[in-house]
Amino acid sequence: MLSSLRSLVRYRALISSLVARELKARYRGSVLGVVWSFINPLLLLLIYTFVFTVVMPAAHPPELQPFALFLFAGILPWTWFSSSLLESSSVLITGGNLIKKVMFPAEVLPIVSVLAGLVHFCFGLPILVAFLVYYRVPVWPTDLLWFPVIVLIQLVLTTGLALLVSALTVHFRDVRDLLANLLTLWFFATPIIYPLSQAPERVRRLLNLNPFTHLAVAYQEVLFRPGPFGQLTRLAAVAVAAVVVFLVGYFVFDRLRDTLAEEV
Amino acid sequence: MNAIEARDVHKVYRRYGRRKQFATLKSALLSGSVLRDLRPDAVFEALKGVSFDVAKGKTFGIVGRNGSGKSTMLKLIAGIGKPTAGAVRVDGRVSALIELGAGFHPEISGRENVYINGLMLGLSRREIARRFDEIVRFAELEEFIDAPVKTYSSGMYMRLGFAVAINVDPDVLLVDEVLAVGDESFTHKCLDKFAEFRRRGRTILLVTHSLDLVTRFCDEALWLDAGVAKAQGDPKRVIDAYLMDVARGENQSLAQAAGGPEGPPLRDEGPPLRDEGPPLRDVGADVQVCPPEPADMFKAGEGRWGSREAEITAVEMIGAGGQAAHLFQSGEQVEIRLHVRANQRLRDFAFGVGIFNVEGVCCYGTNTLIDGGVAGELAGEGLVVFAIDSLDLVEGTYKLDVAVHKRDGAPYDYHRLLYTFRVKSPLKEVGIFRPPHRWQFSGGIRISGLS
Repeated sequence: MLSSLRSLVRYRALISSLVARELKARYRGSVLGVVWSFINPLLLLLIYTFVFTVVMPAAHPPELQPFALFLFAGILPWTWFSSSLLESSSVLITGGNLIKKVMFPAEVLPIVSVLAGLVHFCFGLPILVAFLVYYRVPVWPTDLLWFPVIVLIQLVLTTGLALLVSALTVHFRDVRDLLANLLTLWFFATPIIYPLSQAPERVRRLLNLNPFTHLAVAYQEVLFRPGPFGQLTRLAAVAVAAVVVFLVGYFVFDRLRDTLAEEV
Repeated sequence: MNAIEARDVHKVYRRYGRRKQFATLKSALLSGSVLRDLRPDAVFEALKGVSFDVAKGKTFGIVGRNGSGKSTMLKLIAGIGKPTAGAVRVDGRVSALIELGAGFHPEISGRENVYINGLMLGLSRREIARRFDEIVRFAELEEFIDAPVKTYSSGMYMRLGFAVAINVDPDVLLVDEVLAVGDESFTHKCLDKFAEFRRRGRTILLVTHSLDLVTRFCDEALWLDAGVAKAQGDPKRVIDAYLMDVARGENQSLAQAAGGPEGPPLRDEGPPLRDEGPPLRDVGADVQVCPPEPADMFKAGEGRWGSREAEITAVEMIGAGGQAAHLFQSGEQVEIRLHVRANQRLRDFAFGVGIFNVEGVCCYGTNTLIDGGVAGELAGEGLVVFAIDSLDLVEGTYKLDVAVHKRDGAPYDYHRLLYTFRVKSPLKEVGIFRPPHRWQFSGGIRISGLS
């Protein structure tokens, strides 16, 4: 497993090229091209804002202002998380040719999905900044230092899950459909469209078992709530969980590696 | 010094059978059978302990039937899979021409695909940049290199894939039948490139069905059969052994198609077939009874009919070796033997033989009347031998009509296309008629090598 991890470092040039290819190929042929990376999160945000401020304004506590920003702080990282996982569930099957015909480290494929998602996430950040400026939200400079840390933890967690999902899908094709539904449930089980404090005590205990809860809360803390960052213990716990998930995911992937070329 | 060493290599493929098709993760979780379902319910051993060495700088060919384990072996050497038992060791950088352009992305340009493909094959960015022009020149894609790959023709696609793979400049080049897909000029280009590789002392491992290529190109050959190394060594000898085995196999399957499982083939033992073929009609000497559409090459329009005052009880074809056979060389001396039994004394009779090709064209037909024979008497048992001094047929599969009939053509026993044989020829002539011939030249024409 360690040697596999080491060889991954050797393939970093390949990974970065594949991520670039993914991004280029994605918008090739569209009129707006890479601008879609900005428009997509913006449209998503407008839809959610419309629903929660115009259609059902009573669904969230009034002290959460501006609510659009609160939503965005959670939805942007969630989109990265869920699209990466969905993509990794099919990436080994669509890339089956590579695994079967070329000596190719299969784990590169889900990792590329996650990293491409990260790049899209970063494309969404300017919009976030624009909102912060527009609403004149006071951001604590020290909070911003925590932002990359949270992103890194999410990256580790997502990569671990992506490895697990991609390898399992090769053996059980229905992981993909299962995953799509699971992610919907997961979305609502994460305080993204509602604040954690709004959940009843019993439910909150359950939500706290969800690692993404802590990531979402951390993002909201940095971007939305005034005052210094106060989620260190949560963040440390979810960091440990992320590393464990990554190791488990990589271990499972490594164990299934030899069967991948035959099963794809 | 060996470039490739394979030691007692086994490869077992696991098959997850029918149960798996319907079993889903959900149902596996519900019944708690996740681990059981991950276990295979059938195994297939593709390689059963294969060992060989390829010395550095040699060109090594692997031949064998489909499914003999050739490609599996190649994949293990390429590192795409791991042997179940045993070891494969390769010295130096490997490049595998298994599927050209695997991993090209259709939406992005040829240029970007070259870079990514090169990285996949283990080159660094700088190495690719240095070889880029050479790759594009070899692929003859100078004009199109910045167009998306999805606009390429399949030939362009393959040329580019080949150009990248070959310019990885490997120490060991693995080639799996890629030459079969290109056009003539591409194939020549590949062969030239291989020759250049040899000159530079690189090792090539070739998996192919083109036996000609192996004899011409390889220093050594390995014949794999059902996962076992059947022969290894001088390519000519290995190929001959392989060809003999293929011929033996064909002979056997032809004998099975003729009905006789083993032993002296073509003999129809037990009670003779009743008229099951085309209905008995008043057929003249010309017995083209409009055979039904051939469902199977070995069963086309066959049948047996006749009044059975005399019967052909068995038919054998004897080759030059004196043995009953179904496979002959073009030009071989062949005897067609008819075992005949008369159920009553007959004075009006003739024997006939016809040879048909698979399209149903009569290549040759004659009978004792045509050849000027005058019937005397047929009684009891007898043997008719139709001896052909030189079976001058072009390569192909043929069928035999044999008959004993009256002078006016009314059959006693007519066997229509019941016997199949195959003719092999080192020459790939075409047509149906092979006259003994030679070429002569005079004036300013000089051609050598004609036999």
